[in-house]
Amino acid sequence: MAPFIRLQNVTKNFADVNAVNDLSLDIEQGELFCLLGASGCGKSTLLRMLAGFETPTSGRIEIDGQDMADVSPADRPVNMMFQSYALFPHMTVASNIAYGLRRAGMQGAELDARVDSLIKLVRLDGLASRKPHKLSGGQRQRVALARALARQPKLLLLDEPLAALDKKLREDTQFELVDIQEKLGTTFIVVTHDQEEAMTLATRIGIMDQGCLEQVDAPRVLYERPKNSFVANFLGTATFITGTVTKIDGAFLHVDGACPTVVYLDPKSDRIAPKLGATVTLAIRPEKIHLTRTKTGQQNESMVIIEDIAYLGVASNYRVKRDDGLLFKLQQTHGQREKTPLEWEEKGFVHFDPADVIMLED
Amino acid sequence: MGAFMARFGKRIVVILPLTWLALFFLMPLVETVQVSFTTARRSVPPYAPLWGFEDGAFFTNFNLENYALLFEYWQDYLGPAANSVRLAFFATLVCLLFAYPMAWWIARSSARMRTILLVLVMLPFWTSSLLRLYALIGLLNPNGFINSVLMYIGLIDQPIGMMQTDFSIYMGMVLTYLPLMILPLYATMVRLDGDLIEAAADLGGSRFHIFATVILPLTVPGIIAGSLLVFIPAVGEFVVPALLGGPDQLMIGKVLWTEFFRNRDWPVAASLAMLLIAILTVPIIYARYQDGRQDEAEAHKLGDASS
Repeated sequence: MAPFIRLQNVTKNFADVNAVNDLSLDIEQGELFCLLGASGCGKSTLLRMLAGFETPTSGRIEIDGQDMADVSPADRPVNMMFQSYALFPHMTVASNIAYGLRRAGMQGAELDARVDSLIKLVRLDGLASRKPHKLSGGQRQRVALARALARQPKLLLLDEPLAALDKKLREDTQFELVDIQEKLGTTFIVVTHDQEEAMTLATRIGIMDQGCLEQVDAPRVLYERPKNSFVANFLGTATFITGTVTKIDGAFLHVDGACPTVVYLDPKSDRIAPKLGATVTLAIRPEKIHLTRTKTGQQNESMVIIEDIAYLGVASNYRVKRDDGLLFKLQQTHGQREKTPLEWEEKGFVHFDPADVIMLED
Repeated sequence: MGAFMARFGKRIVVILPLTWLALFFLMPLVETVQVSFTTARRSVPPYAPLWGFEDGAFFTNFNLENYALLFEYWQDYLGPAANSVRLAFFATLVCLLFAYPMAWWIARSSARMRTILLVLVMLPFWTSSLLRLYALIGLLNPNGFINSVLMYIGLIDQPIGMMQTDFSIYMGMVLTYLPLMILPLYATMVRLDGDLIEAAADLGGSRFHIFATVILPLTVPGIIAGSLLVFIPAVGEFVVPALLGGPDQLMIGKVLWTEFFRNRDWPVAASLAMLLIAILTVPIIYARYQDGRQDEAEAHKLGDASS
């Protein structure tokens, strides 16, 4: 069966910018898909092409098996929630929500009942006759969501849906959004620049950079097995080591370079198997690097000096340096830090499991 | 001391224009009101003082005869007044029909283009309005540009009488007042969030629906402001009908002029001016008042809904 949404070699050029570059992507029905990227990476342009506000320069967009090339925004089974919410300021909450339904010919008791149920869905009870300017930011966001859901679109596009809310409210709303999506089963595509938001919301995340998708995967895979250093750096941080493969010992790879490292390649999750003599880039996540006061004799161990400690509450971030200048970024939880009370300028040892080393493709 | 100076500075900023308004707007208005209640006489100025002191005793010339005169000969004044309102109304309408799409086009242009187009809109203001009206006469005259061209290409064999008609007056009014309609319309349209139009399209609105349900309601403030800016001066317009209108096109501005300068009956002219102001401003003030009440009523309704 063909996927619900299929983008094939979609390119969009504006006068002097190449916003989306030969991008292909399949999205299944019922997914909550996040397009994650820095501003200007082309994610909003991609969303606007799905909504029908922009026409691709080349390539093909299919929704539910239907080519969208000649379908106007009004006729697509797609609705959009705008970053600015775009609520009609001269209409009440109820009229805003009813706008799309009226255009579809719904009226009378049926219309009232539908608007009522939408107001209940987004928990705006009692606010039906308010105008948008008399609502809080969170309430406006709900009106925008209800209005976009009113026509029961097969696909809902959300452009930075939570960006205008303050941090606390944003966290609560993230879970609500997921609840609503699960309740309705509508396919959601969310554009965001906030990695935490993408991780919380998405079933799959597509990381975009300069008009291209760098990697599309579930949040966990993206974090634990990033494809390249861009993705590894964009989602969280990592210590990068470049070197040459000097020995292959079954599933274990010996890499010599900035820091001699043993890598365990898991045939299930690692996509590439470099040859002897190849130059490779490795990444290690900060929480996978262990810090000890004394030498433990484990694999991948180095002696380091503590350069910097940043206390974050739940954990502390460390920057430690090998004597050849290689900087490790590592994280210690509160408990770990108390067990190994190393302070600035003190000597210690770091080691990491060969299985925790990520083989990058670049 | 600094805080005091800052507060004092803020006051000054308001006091200066207020003083200016009091001196050159309020005082002449009060003077006109006074003159409208006194009697004419052959002197300089050509009216009796409304009140004063003579030999230590207070005296007043207060009377309502001027207004009584206006009501007695109402037919002489009502005709021109109705004529003025009619011409001003249709001139406003034509201005609105021309200005609306123009303002929309300017507001939706790129920022650089907008500046150029706005300068072009305001450019005619930098030439004398009289000059522009004479240029219009040159176009509309029986032996003017338009007639000459039409006769030369053989579309007509006799000049069309365009001068001294309603048509020429509308042309003059639109020429004079169009920018006053475009600018407030532009100001509301440029603030209109483009996302709203896309949202309406996304929700299934056709072009007409989007215009009727989103664009038009949200540009009403611009329509009202522009219409007032055109209508009010157009009612009292004196130059356009004098230059372009026929002798039968008696407008209230012309009547006022006649009372002032030909009859030298300042009190009657003043009372006529006062009536005109009342007729024009009372409906506007009433409309504003109703607007305010509507907002209040809405606030009340909201209280009921959320309780």
